[in-house]
Amino acid sequence: MSLHASEALIFEIGEEGRANAYVETAKPLDTFLPKALLRDDLPLPDNTELDVVRHFTRLSQRTFGIDLGFYPLGSCTMKYNPRVNDQMANLPGFRDLHPYAPDEMAQGALQVMYELERSLASLFGMAAFSLNPSAGAHAELAALLIAKKYFKDNGQAVRDKVIVPDTAHGTNPASAAMCGFKVISIPSDARGRVDVELLKKAVGPDTAVCMMTNPNTLGLFEDHVHEITAAVHAAGGLMYYDGANGNAIMGNVRPGDMGFDLMHLNTHKTFTIPHGGGGAGHGPVGVAAHLVDYLPTPVVRAVPKDGADPKLAPSDRLTFTLDFDRPKSIGPMRSFWSNFAHAVRALAYIYANGAEGLTKVSQLAVLNANYIRVGIRDVLETPYDEICRHEFVASAQELKKLTGVRALDIAKALLDKGYMAPTMYFPLIVPECLMIEPTETESKETLDVFIAALRDIIATAKSDPQKIMDAPVNTVVGRVDETRAARQPDLRWRPAATN
Amino acid sequence: MYTPHTERDIAQMLEKIGVGSLDDLLQVPDAVKLRADLDVVPALPEYQLARRLSRIAAKNTAVDAISFLGAGAYRHYAPPAIGALAMRGEFLTAYTPYQAEVSQGYLQAIYEWQTYICLLTGMDIANASVYDGATALAEGAIMALNANGRKKVLVSRAVDPNYRAVLKTYCDGLDVAIDEVPVAADGSTDQDALRSALAGGDYAAVAVQTPNFFGVIDALSPESAEAAKASGTVPIAVVSEALSLAALATPASWGAQIVVGEAQSFGVAQAYGGPYVGFIASTNEHMRRIPGRLVGKSVDNRDQIAYVLTLQAREQHIRRERATSNICTNQAHCALIATIYLALMGKTGLRDVAGLNLERSRELATAVSSVEGCDLRFDGPFFNEFVVNVHQPAETVLAKLRERNILGGVALGRAYPEYADSILMNATELTTTSDIAALAAALKEVVNVAARV
Repeated sequence: MSLHASEALIFEIGEEGRANAYVETAKPLDTFLPKALLRDDLPLPDNTELDVVRHFTRLSQRTFGIDLGFYPLGSCTMKYNPRVNDQMANLPGFRDLHPYAPDEMAQGALQVMYELERSLASLFGMAAFSLNPSAGAHAELAALLIAKKYFKDNGQAVRDKVIVPDTAHGTNPASAAMCGFKVISIPSDARGRVDVELLKKAVGPDTAVCMMTNPNTLGLFEDHVHEITAAVHAAGGLMYYDGANGNAIMGNVRPGDMGFDLMHLNTHKTFTIPHGGGGAGHGPVGVAAHLVDYLPTPVVRAVPKDGADPKLAPSDRLTFTLDFDRPKSIGPMRSFWSNFAHAVRALAYIYANGAEGLTKVSQLAVLNANYIRVGIRDVLETPYDEICRHEFVASAQELKKLTGVRALDIAKALLDKGYMAPTMYFPLIVPECLMIEPTETESKETLDVFIAALRDIIATAKSDPQKIMDAPVNTVVGRVDETRAARQPDLRWRPAATN
Repeated sequence: MYTPHTERDIAQMLEKIGVGSLDDLLQVPDAVKLRADLDVVPALPEYQLARRLSRIAAKNTAVDAISFLGAGAYRHYAPPAIGALAMRGEFLTAYTPYQAEVSQGYLQAIYEWQTYICLLTGMDIANASVYDGATALAEGAIMALNANGRKKVLVSRAVDPNYRAVLKTYCDGLDVAIDEVPVAADGSTDQDALRSALAGGDYAAVAVQTPNFFGVIDALSPESAEAAKASGTVPIAVVSEALSLAALATPASWGAQIVVGEAQSFGVAQAYGGPYVGFIASTNEHMRRIPGRLVGKSVDNRDQIAYVLTLQAREQHIRRERATSNICTNQAHCALIATIYLALMGKTGLRDVAGLNLERSRELATAVSSVEGCDLRFDGPFFNEFVVNVHQPAETVLAKLRERNILGGVALGRAYPEYADSILMNATELTTTSDIAALAAALKEVVNVAARV
């Protein structure tokens, strides 16, 4: 079968009764329950294992991942996902552990959570982390709920404003809205940083939280961050650090030292947990000392083990419990304690690097981003032309005026050359924006070839713009009719009889 | 470090950039410089890392015990083909499929997932997943709040206490109040109390779980469904044991407009609680209020079938503070695992697994209730778990079972102080006759009939 032919839906193949012998044949269901409680039919296809294996293998071949090629997706930190992490998460002692396993029979799992929490707290300068939230946006929500409860407990429920820069990730204002906060957007200045004077004017007795990411989404370090945290603190507000860009700072500068009270991490970005096509993620939420009591439940508690061998590693001399008795806590963010398998992966990555290695990781991520930046800045505008951190933005605005070729077209032409497209049209303040983040795991050769590919696309855009506007042509499908998808939503297959 | 840079690479790259050293690239104001030494776990070569984590994993002795733990996380058979397919690098290392042209495979798999959830629940549409069953309930409640603008939700007390706790966390943020419906004597939701609560007409939604936390098959009665309709309340069905959908009448059949739940049972590892995979399905009228990602079928510019993320105007990256939810990353890879599981099992396999769960749990119930001092607390029909009353502190009985390497179930006392004498027990297709015999024999030894209160 050619890769270009479409793949039938799983519902369109198979034959009833073509079953795999995974379990015994069961007695009819009405042996156990009255028919009135049972469903009449179950309209699912029966397929052999071979047909299922072929189907999903073909689907995998129609999917682009880091394992296939360079993935310069800004803000997403698509670095190599080491295989040892998956093997560790899949150890039977971790994989088959039930969440209600009693603490004394789950000491290893609790130790993993403890070691990860303590390592993250030190790396980012916070008093404590909770591994409860499931992803970055979930952790943002947890942090804002902490802020809301903190102000309520302190008789300051009037604080109902959340300040976000106009370069913020979309999840920041969306999370604020889920806590009933009103969002105030602060414009950036000519240098691409938060306009400190405007921010100072916006801060007041109604300020609850100011949410920032540093470096910001333009890839620039907010070098007045200490003035911002001072101003917000002086007004009685809290500072929140969006850790989506943690790969730029890890080991080199810490949100705690910058004055942040709350933060989250996307360990599926910074700590090599695979993105898996859009999750599961893992979003530890960190707090300064005055907010520890508000963390989601449960938290891992450690006490010294009686008579432990002093030669053992420090965490091996502890006994762990899950503590649910936290009267000030915002409560749980999800059903069970954590996306635990991901905590194992993140911890494995920290073991592979140590403090020195992690510090080098962010330095090399910054090196790689700057190397691409200087490699393309003579052919594509870089509106903030200075040393960037782990990512930078370029703009196709001039190219569009000249040729009609847009950022979208450049992105699609990169797909034809075997690359994932950069993040496009974000942040919103840069027209025809392309946001490029190479990560530290890519070699100089990979970056050189990518720079050449991007330069070649720009050259073609000038000589034969239609060719770029027609891209991609080497992919299994061309540009998809998104308008039709939205206007005539077809969100599922239906059995023929009920069509 | 998984970094390829040689010293020579670094020198050449710095020269091209025009700076002297890596430190020059990372200059920050003195005011924010590092104020402490970093204290993280030590660096280890890969073989030692694997050795250390394997030793830590071995401390989780619960995996070697005979277990009757369920209560929202279930032990089911997962064919090895799932791992072989899901762990393919193309799936594992892909980002969210924003670039449809190079993501057709994943997009199609999500479209298949959405279809499976619709077929299982009887709903019209389903999203690409949310974090877990508990957050699915919270997001489903928000859909209802947005549908009718009310500020209160009604929840059965037989809904998983973790789900209700998460719903409360979310509702605290939105300043939404939650009221609870009591449990009837048979372990199902008290329908009379439910109807009288609905009479006021001020609830956005009413949520009922089936099988409920006690394992009892639950629903809105026809009269209650009518009352919900009359009061403009959105009925939400909660399903934490997704396998039950293969056997039981669909939530659509008793009037649910939104079905939320947890699909961990479909091949996803227990993994001490996550990652799992929440689902949200609904009738068409709620399509524009559903949170998170949706995959739609369309065509490309070559007239081929093509899948694409759609109706994105609901989402945070477009709508920001006016989005239907803040969710961005979901649980795509767990949804893929569940989709592969459902494809491998098929109708025949899934019905067999459901039938075996019904059979083994009844064997377990018979064996346990034959032990003097143990009886079933509720007589409502159950799927694969049920509540056993041991007539003395359940924690004490469970501790004694643990000494015999048996995890007898989940004590109800923490969430339901009135049931501190009761244990929630689960059996699946993996529970053996000898497991059941071992538990019954141990209970005979540890249940103190004299202590009966």
